[in-house]
Amino acid sequence: MNDQFEWSVLWSGQSGQWLLSGLLTTLRLSALAWVLAAILGVAAGALRTAPVRPLRILATAYVEFFRNVPLLVWMFFWYFGVPPLLPRPAQDWLFAHGAEFWAAVCALGVYHGARMSEVIRSGIRAIPRTQLEAAVATGLTTLQAYRLVILPIALRLIVPPATSESLNLLKNSSVALTISVAELTFQTRQIETYTARAIEALTAGTLIYLGLCVSIATVMGWVERRVAIPGLIAPGR
Amino acid sequence: MAEPAIVFREVHKWFGALHVLRDVSLSVASGEVIVVCGPSGSGKSTLIRCVNALEKVQQGEIVVLGEPITRPGVDLSRLRTRVGMVFQSFNLFPHMTALRNVMLAPMKVRGLRAAEAEEIARALLARVRIPEKAEHYPASLSGGQQQRVAIARALAMQPRIMLFDEPTSALDPEMINEVLEVMTDLARDGMTMMVVTHEMGFARRVAHRVAFMDEGRVVEEAPPQEFFAAARSERAREFLSKILSH
Repeated sequence: MNDQFEWSVLWSGQSGQWLLSGLLTTLRLSALAWVLAAILGVAAGALRTAPVRPLRILATAYVEFFRNVPLLVWMFFWYFGVPPLLPRPAQDWLFAHGAEFWAAVCALGVYHGARMSEVIRSGIRAIPRTQLEAAVATGLTTLQAYRLVILPIALRLIVPPATSESLNLLKNSSVALTISVAELTFQTRQIETYTARAIEALTAGTLIYLGLCVSIATVMGWVERRVAIPGLIAPGR
Repeated sequence: MAEPAIVFREVHKWFGALHVLRDVSLSVASGEVIVVCGPSGSGKSTLIRCVNALEKVQQGEIVVLGEPITRPGVDLSRLRTRVGMVFQSFNLFPHMTALRNVMLAPMKVRGLRAAEAEEIARALLARVRIPEKAEHYPASLSGGQQQRVAIARALAMQPRIMLFDEPTSALDPEMINEVLEVMTDLARDGMTMMVVTHEMGFARRVAHRVAFMDEGRVVEEAPPQEFFAAARSERAREFLSKILSH
């Protein structure tokens, strides 16, 4: 049994360094894409409930277009399709600064923004319409009422599904290896190629993803309890 | 009394094919308390929701504090700071304490500093007789306390008119009075009030006038003594016999 596995491949040679750099790239890619997804998700989710029809149509079009095409296709689209459309100086800058990384940020962020907006919309729809009326009846504009009352309530309601969606985003960042972003999965495959030790390399990758996701879920569980609205059904511990 | 606070002129409103307000003409004087009653579906809630433009009318004119509000381009935020509203379901902001609920609009609409807004809010919570609940979240307050916070929240913008849409209908019987007492105080202080309610005792004691609605029309308006003693319309007598018999 003992000679069947050779775990030392994970820290001998360059492996350790590769894993670490893959982990950092995964984190950077996921964090930037998450910020983009959160902004697009809140905006589109709110606009889909807005009292102005053209805005609702615009937001619906965004959501349906981006969430109904596979993420892999979006990766290729942002990497191969978009740069040639940009002006020459922008293209030069991009290819000097890791175009594949920024394409992956856009693909992940825009795709998950569309999915996140549905989560946020469901949170908004759980709030009775009279809550919005009560807010505007005090003189707040509709925009203020959304910003100060409706969204703060909705965002507190959707912490659990938003956590799931965030974990999906983190795991989907592995799709970026198809456009050669050197993230975690890319690096585990590199170790495998150099050492011919598939099990060891995959185990390392798996454990790192698992650790990341469990940590995020734990932090979000804490956030959920911190921001819980008093009087709603208590969060499980 | 000088210029009326609220005037409805030949107002019609439809929800799709449903004709919910039919040729309503009504005037409310400044400082007057008018109770609007009638069977459910008669349009009374819709009527008062038109005063702060939560509902739009398709025909006719409504003038509030001298300003026509049925024309396009009305400053809704300004209108609503002058017309406060209290809802049947309280609708406090559940993620804020009672104090914060009252402070929000003065800070965000009037631009008051937190300290000024807090001073106003604490004074109003005292006025609705729950100063000790300032730091409580809505969920830990009883229905009657929540509704009194809602009244304080509406008063925080120093409105000239207050609208009440069935303010006690969602309350347990023993809490109804604490809310009605606060409303009675307000009426004594000279607030112009339009109140949709089934509390006929309140109408009798506090209202200057009762408007009875049925099927989208104001069928009858009269001082309470007259209305309760001898309603002119058959429909109003039938309504009164039903709600006063229990």
